[in-house]
Formats: sequence, structure tokens, C-alpha cells
Amino acid sequence: MKLLRQGKSSASGDPSQSMRTTTGNGIDTSRTIHFTFDGRRYAAHPGDTLASALLANGVRLAGRSFKYHRPRGILSAGAEEPNALVELRTGARREPNSRATVTELFDGLEAASQNRWPSLAMDALGINGVFSPVFTAGFYYKTFMWPAAFWEKVYEPMIRRAAGLGRAADEADPDIYEKATTFCDVLVVGTGPAGLAAALTAGRTGARVLVCEQDSLPGGRLRAEHGEIGGMPGWQWAEQAMDELRQMPEVRIMTRTCVFGTYDGGTYGALERVADHVPTPAPDQPRQRLWRIVARHAIVATGGIERPIVFPNNDRPGIMLAGAVRTYINRFGVTPGQRAIVYTNNDDGLRTARDLHRAGATIAAIVDARTTETPLARDMAQLTGAKLFMGGAIADTYGRLGIHAAVIREHSGLTQRVPCDLVAMSGGWNPELSLTTHQRTKPVYDETLCAFVPGTMPAGMRSAGVANGTFATPDCLREGTTCGQDAAQACGFSATVADLPAAGTESYAIVPLWHALPLDRPARTGKAFIDFQNDVTAKDVRLAAIEGFRSVEHLKRYTTLGMATDQGKTANVNALAQMAEQTGSSIARTGTTMFRPPVQPVAIGALAGAARGRHFKPDRLTPTHDWATEQGAVFTANGLWHRAQWFPRPGETHWRDTVNREVRTVRTAVGFCDVTTLGKIDIQGPDAATFLERVYVNAWRRLPIGRARYGLMLREDGFAYDDGTTARLGENHYVMTTTTAHAGSVMQHLELCHQWLWPELDVRFISVTDEWAQLAIAGPKSRDVLRHIVDPAFDISNEAFGYMAAATVTICGGQEARLFRLSFSGELAYELAVPARFGDALARLLMKVGAPYGIAPYGTEALGVMRIEKGHPAGPELNGQTTAHDLGMGRMLSTRKDFIGRAMAARPALTDPARPALIGLVPVNAGDELVAGGHLLPAGAQATAAHDQGWVSSAAWSPTLNGWIALGFLSNGPARLGETVMVHNPLGNSVTAARVVSPVFVDPNGERLHA
Amino acid sequence: MRLNCPCCGPRGLEEFTYRGDATVRRPESPTAPAQDWVDYVYLRDNPAGPHRELWYHGAGCRSWLVVTRDTRTHAISDVVRAVDVARADKEGAGS
Repeated sequence: MKLLRQGKSSASGDPSQSMRTTTGNGIDTSRTIHFTFDGRRYAAHPGDTLASALLANGVRLAGRSFKYHRPRGILSAGAEEPNALVELRTGARREPNSRATVTELFDGLEAASQNRWPSLAMDALGINGVFSPVFTAGFYYKTFMWPAAFWEKVYEPMIRRAAGLGRAADEADPDIYEKATTFCDVLVVGTGPAGLAAALTAGRTGARVLVCEQDSLPGGRLRAEHGEIGGMPGWQWAEQAMDELRQMPEVRIMTRTCVFGTYDGGTYGALERVADHVPTPAPDQPRQRLWRIVARHAIVATGGIERPIVFPNNDRPGIMLAGAVRTYINRFGVTPGQRAIVYTNNDDGLRTARDLHRAGATIAAIVDARTTETPLARDMAQLTGAKLFMGGAIADTYGRLGIHAAVIREHSGLTQRVPCDLVAMSGGWNPELSLTTHQRTKPVYDETLCAFVPGTMPAGMRSAGVANGTFATPDCLREGTTCGQDAAQACGFSATVADLPAAGTESYAIVPLWHALPLDRPARTGKAFIDFQNDVTAKDVRLAAIEGFRSVEHLKRYTTLGMATDQGKTANVNALAQMAEQTGSSIARTGTTMFRPPVQPVAIGALAGAARGRHFKPDRLTPTHDWATEQGAVFTANGLWHRAQWFPRPGETHWRDTVNREVRTVRTAVGFCDVTTLGKIDIQGPDAATFLERVYVNAWRRLPIGRARYGLMLREDGFAYDDGTTARLGENHYVMTTTTAHAGSVMQHLELCHQWLWPELDVRFISVTDEWAQLAIAGPKSRDVLRHIVDPAFDISNEAFGYMAAATVTICGGQEARLFRLSFSGELAYELAVPARFGDALARLLMKVGAPYGIAPYGTEALGVMRIEKGHPAGPELNGQTTAHDLGMGRMLSTRKDFIGRAMAARPALTDPARPALIGLVPVNAGDELVAGGHLLPAGAQATAAHDQGWVSSAAWSPTLNGWIALGFLSNGPARLGETVMVHNPLGNSVTAARVVSPVFVDPNGERLHA
Repeated sequence: MRLNCPCCGPRGLEEFTYRGDATVRRPESPTAPAQDWVDYVYLRDNPAGPHRELWYHGAGCRSWLVVTRDTRTHAISDVVRAVDVARADKEGAGS
């Protein structure tokens, strides 16, 4: 984009932009683009914001206020804007509450006003203003209290219709968002004179510097003012400085990037608006990018935010911040009014008269709250021909949809009505110091500046320029240079400082002005707004003080001051100054509310980044996943894993048909199932057995090589934690399996036990869950199938390789594998582990060699049915609330060694026989369904918690027993076999009689296991 | 927040898992007084100030770390390997 930097002082030539009276340093008047606002088409130039383009076209009314639906215009020219919130774009990209002042215009932008019905100029709910006594501070709490029944049906829907800003899109966001991390020595936030001076100084040392500017163009206030630096307009100096920075290999510049938060340890959050300024992102380009910046040092040069003045009816369209008026004139070439009143308490505001005058506007009056006439005030009045009111105030304004007159109250008390279409007001500047306070360091009040300035800084942070309370441009340059030098030096880079460029010093000379009229006067005239976005007035603050909500934090929550998208950027200091006055305290003692990230709104989409939809969490696929997909498997989520739940076959109309067939196949022939998801931990070392003894409740020392054993782990509080089998493959070599759910946490637990509790043990371990594909091959024909796979050199007969045997074998002519004779189903069964890359081939091989034996794959559902039939506890039984005793494993607890949980498991309450313990249940009436989650009560007992004796943990239809079976926990359960209990299922509204039986339904003597 | 892992250098918070108080030590014997076990398993101080706590570098070197963190500011003043602390403690207790 070629900027028009010189040229005509009059309009750009497009007749529709009637208020474009001059050239701006930030727009390209050689091109015209178009946009719509509330359906009407307007012209603008590249470089415009939506706000500057609306003002250029004479559009002053931008929205309706939140509570009273008052007409509002554009107050500011920056991120602090409380009023001009609009909806951008349409359809799925519709975005509410966008600040027109920071919305970069592009050709074809569609924007719409919010919070109005039926139209912006004719808003029905504007009548809220008539009933405004109801809507004062705390109105939600006072008004919508009684009757209680009204809340849901009347009050809430009414509030929701009347309040709320904008409409979110109805469809899913079609754009993509990214997250990224970057590192630097020195982070510079802001590219005004202080930030650029800091970046140049640090960059010249060779330090790695990251410069973040939230705007699309560098310069900060330099673009809004006339001042010169180094003999050229300030904004040209800024562009020249950026050019120099771009040449430095270690410097990175990120524009349209708002650093929104300071986090622990030198970490910063930033939002890069990659494609907000174009209609739609390019293919594969993110809309926004969320940055985590890790910086050794940071320089906050974020400038300041101007305060409005609190006077009656100070919210009409056409009443703007003085600094914003200068921005629109100098950067955008837009004069926001033809006949202006300048109202200020400081010299900076006064100079607005000069800029307006140069742009061709008439200055109707200069109202200066300071009582003593200064040379600057006199000069400004003379230059512009304006009438000067020293010690004056604006006492009221007129104009329904935009100001057309103001009542000026002279120092003497006399008032006069002055026609105008613009009020440029300045109550002074607040340093934008949010980033310095996110680490809970508090700002301090400066009486001279009438503002809070940064107090103690977080480690590694410095502030410079207006953000630090330093206002004059030469001082900003000097301070930025010093900060850049110090930060670079702290990172080990030596800095030689170049001569500072010359810059003019302009006075500030502020006096406090927290309200235009004495507060004790009854507000006859109109509302004097403090917080425009939340419609909080001076009267609300007074009321809060009277009602006792005097702490700034209470004030905020009672009046809603400082809430919502602008977080009170223009309101907070005016409010707490008035609170200080009400309570007879000082501003310093009253203090300010805590600032929290983000400094500016951040879209949830950016925070989510790519982690949405199916990418919310990673997928873990088993080695046989592709094969199972080919087989038509239905998958289920098991933590992050996707596991085959069942393998339907043609003709099976219900999943239970499939599961029943899979169970019968295993019980009568042979089936196989991928059990790779179980955690596998390889444990080696001379002290491996000792280590196992300490993490499992049972004994391990005498486990021979080539055998596996079931093990139970407790938590240190004595409750059951995890279970699995561990096999001994060599003298000092064990392989542990854990449950799928706890695979990660058991690994972490073992590391803690070793590193923190018993570092003297010589043992090492590593997770090998993903390294081995492990398939369970179960059923009476499983050995016959394996004989086709395991090399003949290995004898897998029952005699040579009995139940719980484990060995390293070779298969398929030399491929190393591990064979375990383990059974979860209760059948003769094996688990065969091969390197993960062979898992798919093993599944295909099993299908081939197993075909003559009627082999079929089975899924997690059949696995679950069979383990219930066999009475094996799983997740529902190991729920973190059950003990070894509850699980029927009390006798496994060794008394000859220390182990995790031993001491606490011995507590009387954990071994009380009255505790619910594991039992089996079958319905008394064959065919009755048992449901997991049901509670067990004695027959005839009232269904109250007092009679609760336990619960059903797992239930299944057993094709083997041809009926419903369940596992559960029943008080004194093992002593009550044969008793009838009632299963209460309040969710299903059913009560089922069930008989208490042994939890082992199938093969209680283990004959099949050992076949 | 970042932790300076003695093995891996400064790393982001997302690589670590917090466990808790590193000042409580497991009683030497399962037959230690019940109160000792209750203190170890359940009772924790909640100091405002420097606190020694256990963190796990699960997405890095898998080291357990003893981190000294000021609970008021999150300032990290020390990070050492838990195994070194545990060994030193055991040697100190043994001598």
C-alpha cells in the first residue's frame, strides 16, 4: 500500500465522505473501498478503521447503550472503546461486540449496530431511560427479587432480551486458529516513541528482540499528533525506525499483535490478528494466532488511555475524547465535527483546538477547568478565535441522536447555551499499565499526574514512556533508550547508546477533575456517565457509597462498573476518584481494582486453537486398528484409545447378537482380541523383585523365571489402585501390565516410588506400551491355533507351558515374541506380544490359521461379558473407593514386608466385614434385567439411604448362563450367599429381586484355565 | 509458568505434573504410629511463602523434582532432582 503522505489539504474527492477534510498519515486516499453499516453502503479508504470511515461519512450514531439503550457514538480511537461495539460480517463469521475503533476496514465489510430494535434511530427499549430510577446501582439485586416464581418465567427472559450485546454466530466458526510459542531476550510491547527507542537500542546490541504492536501501523500517538522527531513528522520517524529494525537479523516485528497478559516466569500471552483485516483468511491461513512469548526481559511501552470528563449527558454521539479527535484528524484525515467545544483540565487537551482549527473546524468554545489562565490557553483561544472559559464546565448537553448544543457554566456560575456538533474532552491520561499488574504488583497513585503509575515491577519487566507516567516525547525517547540498554545488558549484550533524536517538549500541566459539577448538587439535569459500556453514572457511585459498597472491588460488583469488553479502561479512575471523595478518603488509599488478563478480549476460538472437535484430544490407535476397520468393527473410546467394541456380521440385527456370538465362540472354540492398550512397563535391575514387593500388596520374591503372577496395587491411603499381571522373563527382568486407564499414572507412581521413596534400589523401568502389540487368544482351541504360529522349538503343551507361564519365544520362523498364558475370560488362553509393527500381520495370520478352528475376533464388549462371568474386577470395581478386602483379595496382603498402602489398609474401617464386598447377583425371576448402578437393599426395606447396603458395579447378559448376571458390592456380602436382595434402580424406576451368589459364574474351579 | 529442569533446562508448565508437599516423608516402617501415617497421607501445611513441592517432568526426562515455589508470587527459587534430595536425606539419616 502506497500511503499518500503529502498533498491536498481538502477532501479526498469522494463526495460521500463529507467529513474527510484533510489528508491522514495512515490512509491511502488514492484508492476508495466500500463497506456497509446497517445495510447502507459507504465509501472509505484503505487504512481506515470502521470508526474513522463512519465519521468520514458523517455517521455519528454507532450503537445503543447496554442498560438504558441510549444513543451512543464513537468515544475513542483505540482499543479502549466502550460505545461503538458492532457486529461484523454475516453468517458463520458473524462476530459481535467488535470495537469499530480497532476494526480495520476492507472492501466489502458488512457491519451492523447492536442492542437496538427495531432500528438504531428508533429503539423501543430506549424507554428504559424513562424508567431509569429502577436501573440504578444494584438494580438486578433489588428489582428482580420477588416473587420467586417470576424469576425463570418473567425476569430472566426479559433481562436477556433487553440486555446482552450482539448476537453470536449460529453456525460453527469456519476459520482455523493456531497456537505458537516464541522466545526472545527482550520483548518490547508498543511502538510509540518509548517502545521504538527501546527496540532500537536493544536491537543494535544484537540481542534477540521481539517487537509487538497491536495496531497495523507503528508509531502509537506519533500518528495522532503534529510533533516532530529528528526533524521529521513523528510518524515518519517511527516508520524509519521500523525500517531499521527490520534490517536487524535478530529482531522480529509483529504488528496486529496485542500482548494481552503477563504470566509466571517471564511468559506473555499475545494475540496476532492474522486475517481479521481481510474478508476471509487465505486457504490454510489462520484467522488469529495465539502466541506464548517467553521473554527474559520485557519493556512495557503501551502508552496511555485518555479519561472522559464526568458531566451531565456526557454520552451523546459527538462527545469524544480529545486525543481521539486528534487521531481522526491527523491519522485519518477526518474532522469529526464542524463546530467544536474543547473541554479539558490539561494542556494536552487544549492543543486539540489547534488541530481542529487547522482541519477547518470552528471552535465554538474552549472550556478549561483550570481557573488560572495560562499562555497556552490564551494562544489557543487567539489562534482559533474561540471563546475561552477558564474555570468553566459543561453543565448539560442537548441532541437526541447527536449533540447539537452544550450548556457552558462559567466560573462565575452563569450558564450559556452554545451550539456545537462536537465536544472534544480530556480529563487527563492514564498510563496503560495493565501488563505490569498481572503478577499482582500494585500501581501507585501519582498526585502530580493525577493518575496511577506502575509500582513495583515483576521480575524482568520495565516500563517506559506514557505507560510509566513519562509524558514528554524527549523523555519517552530517553526512557525507552535506557530500558532497552538495561534489558539488553541484563541479557549479556553490551549496548552503546546512539544520540537521541531531537523532539519538541509539550507541556501537560493537569489539575484533578473528577466531575464537572459539585457532586452534592441534586442531579437535576441528566445522567453523568462514568462507565459508558455498563451505563454506570456518578449517581450510581454515590449510591454504592451510601449503601456501604465502598471498597473498589465491591463498587465494581455492585454497579457493574469496569466490567464487560472494555473492562472500564476509560471509567475506573474517574469512578474510584469519586468514591474516594464520597468516603472522604484519598485516591491512593481507595486504590484500584486488580487488573487481570486479558488486556483486550480474546476469542475463545483463539484460546482453543486447533484443539476442537475431534482434535480436542489425540487419538491412540491400536496396531490392529486398520485391520479391525476392514473387518467392520464398531469402535469405542477407551480414554484416548479407540478399541474395537464388537465385530458385527451379516444377519446380526442387534449388537447383543454380535457380542453373544463372540462370547460363545471363545467359550466353545477360539477368539482373539487386541489388548495392546493395557499398560506395559519393562522393569530391570538387581532390586527389581524388591521393588515389586513394595509396590504390590502380594509377594514376588519367589516368582520363578518364566512365570507370571497377578498383582494388586494400593494407594498409600490403603484403597485399591490398580491391578495386572507381572511376568518374570529373566533373573532381573520383569514385564508389568497395568489397566488401560492407569497406564500413565502407574508409570508416574513407580517413578515416584523409586526416585523419592527408595532411591537406593538398583532398578530401572520404561513404558513399552506402544512398543508391543499384544493379542489375547482365548478359548479351548487357542493352543491348537498357536501351534501354527509359535515355532516348533518351543513346547507350548499344557505340561511344558502351564497356566501363568511366560516366555520369550519365536514365531513364524524366527520372529521374536513374548508368550504369556494368561486368561481374563476364564478359558484356556494366551497373550501373544509382538513388536508393534507386526500387530496387524499377526491379526491377519490368526484369522488365516485359526479359520479351521472357527476363530473370530472379539471386542471389548465380549471381553467385558466374559470377565463378569469369571468374576474378575475391572474399572467399575477398582473405582478408587474399594479396598482389597472389598474385592475379596484381603488375604493377598502380605504381612511380611512393607508395601505402598499397607499401614493405612490396616485401619479398622477398611477391614470391617460390614463393608460392602464383592458378590455376584442373578435375578430371582429368570429374564429380569440387572442394571449397573442399582443399589442393594434388603427385601421389604423402605427405599431410603439408611437401608442402602451396597450397589451393582457391573452387569451383563450372559450367553453362557443364558440370563442376566451382575457383580456388586454388598455389606457382609460373602457371608450372605443365597440371600435375596432388592436391586433398586431409581433412574429406570425399577426394583428387581436378585439372589446373592459367588462372583465367579463360570468355571469356579478353574478347570478350563488349566486345560 | 516455567520450571528450570536440572536435566532438560527451562520448560513450560504443560510438561510437568504437580503432586504436592515435598516436606512430608513416608514413615520408615508400616508399624510406625498411626498418627505418623495420618500425618504423611493426609495432613498438609498451607504456607504463604516459599514451599517445597514435588513436580514430575512427565513430558521430559521423567524426573521427579523438588521445586521451591513462593505460593504468593509463584516465584521459583530452586529446582533440584528429587532423587538427589532423597539420597542426601537418607545418607544424613544414616550417618
